Amino acid sequence: MAKAKAQAQAAGVPAFYVTEDEHAHSGGSTMLGFWLYLMSDCLVFAVLFATYGVLGRNYAAGPSGADLFDLKLVAVNTAMLLFSSITYGFAMLAMDKGRQAAMQAWLAVTALFGLAFLGIELYEFAHLIHEGATPMRSAFLSSFFTLVGTHGLHVTFGLIWLTVLMVQVSRRGLIEANRRRLLCLSMFWHFLDVVWIGVFTFVYLMGVLK
Amino acid sequence: MSGPNDHADIHDDHAPHGSLRGYVTGFLLSVVLTAIPFWLVMNDVLGNATLTAIVIMGFAAVQIVVHMVYFLHMNGRSEGGWNMMGLIFTIVIVVIVLSGSLWVMYHLNTNMMPDMHRM
Repeated sequence: MAKAKAQAQAAGVPAFYVTEDEHAHSGGSTMLGFWLYLMSDCLVFAVLFATYGVLGRNYAAGPSGADLFDLKLVAVNTAMLLFSSITYGFAMLAMDKGRQAAMQAWLAVTALFGLAFLGIELYEFAHLIHEGATPMRSAFLSSFFTLVGTHGLHVTFGLIWLTVLMVQVSRRGLIEANRRRLLCLSMFWHFLDVVWIGVFTFVYLMGVLK
Repeated sequence: MSGPNDHADIHDDHAPHGSLRGYVTGFLLSVVLTAIPFWLVMNDVLGNATLTAIVIMGFAAVQIVVHMVYFLHMNGRSEGGWNMMGLIFTIVIVVIVLSGSLWVMYHLNTNMMPDMHRM
């Protein structure tokens, strides 16, 4: 620090510019910006939740949540997402210690849990559609597929992002830019778990209640 | 000079990104807060749908706070408080959107449906 200041003074630049510049580009504003993006994503989900809340009981003489939902499957799915959250947390702890191999391993485990979640969800969707409970069947099913599908789409893009970052880290190592990206994905991934709490409570559990 | 220096060090260190203890605590709390609502609904423990709905929504709200604190490392200090400001603003909008939609559409349904059936 003192050295940087001395260099800056030698170059005729006031020292405070140097410190502030390093500070400004260290990714602090990126994290805030990404947080604000997540908040806007939160509003997207809020609108979809509101739509489901309004339409979720309009069955059009079709099947209801109590007829369709298999809570054991949803419980397994919830566990997958929760496990993936903590393994991503372990990956971040490994990153803080600079242990790249351990971090990559935890990220791979996270990706596997994410894939398991997505696989179970797609299986559930296929099962519903096979039974005739398609998005076209009723307003309830339209809003159900839109809400849960949007969440699943987010998980899909999270997985793509995760894979890209694993490749990035393996090629360039834990450089500052990669750390910042991994921290952004960390927020994204945990945020999806937060949205899922709303989905399993509001859609599945309350859908099964009469 | 030591003041800003210390601050920069903390910032570069990515200090506010949790500890093993924090993640494990959050995980265990989440498991409990997830398991109880599933148990309540799957075994129909309370025997009353409205009461069960209110209780599981309470559990969901608590679990969301747990995730915010232990996984997203939310506190009033991160990014100089702007994270919290953004969150509070979003929560206000979400509450308005959800409660407004449900309230208005509920009244619309109760007031409009009989006429539409008669037609």
